Amino acid sequence: MEPVGEHLLRELAPQVLGAVVRRYGDFAAAEDAVQEALLVAATKWPDEGVPDNPRAWLIQVAARRMTDHLRAEIARRRRETAVVMEEPDEPIAPALDGDHEPEQDDTLLLLFMCCHPALTRPSAIALTLRAVGGLTTAEIARAFLVPEVTMAQRISRAKQLIKKSGEGFRIPDQREREDRLETVLHVLYLIFNEGYATSSGSTLHRVDLSNEAIRLARAVQQALPADGEVAGLLALMLLTDARRAARSGPEGELIPLDEQDRALWDRAAIDEGVALLGRAVARGAIGSYQLQAAIAAVHDQASRPEDTDWPQILALYELLLRMSDNPMVTLNHAIAAAMVQGPQKGLELLQPLDEDPRLAGHHRLAAVRAHLFEKAGDYEAAIAHYRAAATKTASVPEKNYLLMKAAKLSLTVRVGT
Amino acid sequence: MKFMLMMNAPRGTGDWSIMNWAPDELKAHIRFMRQFAADLKNEGSFVAAEGLAAPAQARIVRAGKGGAPEVTDGPFAEAKEFLAGYWIVDVETPEQAYAFAARVSAAPGRGGKPMNMPIEVREVMSAPPVDA
Repeated sequence: MEPVGEHLLRELAPQVLGAVVRRYGDFAAAEDAVQEALLVAATKWPDEGVPDNPRAWLIQVAARRMTDHLRAEIARRRRETAVVMEEPDEPIAPALDGDHEPEQDDTLLLLFMCCHPALTRPSAIALTLRAVGGLTTAEIARAFLVPEVTMAQRISRAKQLIKKSGEGFRIPDQREREDRLETVLHVLYLIFNEGYATSSGSTLHRVDLSNEAIRLARAVQQALPADGEVAGLLALMLLTDARRAARSGPEGELIPLDEQDRALWDRAAIDEGVALLGRAVARGAIGSYQLQAAIAAVHDQASRPEDTDWPQILALYELLLRMSDNPMVTLNHAIAAAMVQGPQKGLELLQPLDEDPRLAGHHRLAAVRAHLFEKAGDYEAAIAHYRAAATKTASVPEKNYLLMKAAKLSLTVRVGT
Repeated sequence: MKFMLMMNAPRGTGDWSIMNWAPDELKAHIRFMRQFAADLKNEGSFVAAEGLAAPAQARIVRAGKGGAPEVTDGPFAEAKEFLAGYWIVDVETPEQAYAFAARVSAAPGRGGKPMNMPIEVREVMSAPPVDA
């Protein structure tokens, strides 16, 4: 099928699924029905042309499959009266579209469902990518480097858990929506990070998780245009993704922010992120995603590393520290403080982290320390900490980067064997 | 036939003194390993490859009271040998697996000279033969 039709189907699929699930409540059966409808579309539309209202067409076909399935289930298992009563005898499509509900609402509903509190984050991520992202199980498995059968099981168990929770796929009330939205944003954030972190090196057959996360964040933002944190998250993704091309070298080596070729940064993405952030912040009530986006924006707006407005970044980290006790924030704050008040200040700020069990043995603490010692001119200490960090990291490009830093400094110092 | 090629970290600290290499030596080693993996793929033999975290990160786990994990960390007095990483290759003969192992054993180290690391090669168990 030609690309335009495929793209359309992919975009409509979650909306159709959301509508069918909202109507019938059986997630797994709805998925099957929608898959069948998509197959029919893929077969018929190239010959017959795309219908005037493709979404309604798909909903209608999927709904018919659902009623067929339900009739079979009823005949076999004596379902509750409620379902029998609800069984429609005319085409569903007009009624569902009759409310003129924004299409994004169904995508949002699906996202709320997939980010069910009973699920672990990895399960929520897998289910989200499958049901809302429309990725195949094989694609998701490849993206997370696990066997397909493992990923299929993960997704299947997630669906069972949701079903067992008896939630019934109703629209969550206002308070539930707020809680659930937080999970949705976190899941999207994790998907983005997974995509971004693994974007260096060979990615030939891996689906672009970062783009997927951005696409879904856009959908949420369009459905909830007044929400500052939703806009903040999308802005953060855009402002971070803008640097992707400069992040790794030709041999897959990691290139830190202050050494990146800024000509490779995506200016359009930066402009969009900054604009989005500006509008969000103007509405007041600034949250942590907006703050993180603001920090990324300050970095991205510096044409050279030496033009970076570090005092502004430091102020933003100070705000972020007040709303988060995440040790990574403390680490980043220490770096910013070092840039403004000197490396000794940064090193002082790191000391309390030695007592933090969440950071014990974490490579980043050693890496940041090494970096600050280097800036302070204490090369021997820097080398020792770079090497310590290298033995603690679980990332090969990171390990290579840290070893290389130690080796280069050693050369400068000539500390011998 | 599938074989696992295992690279073990030296006994004791698990350190090949890679820590003390010059930047050029390190670069050459990294590049070599990257190329080896690419070659395996290009030659149609690659099944899997993983690097493992440093031996200092290793934990030995036994079932303790009531099946709860009993976790011990190092240093491990018996100076156990630790796996640094492995490749799994799909080849027609054991000799082909040995050839790959010899290639990776010659990874450059100090002064750009081949390290001649000992690589353990063992067949990965597979399905029984059809005529069994």
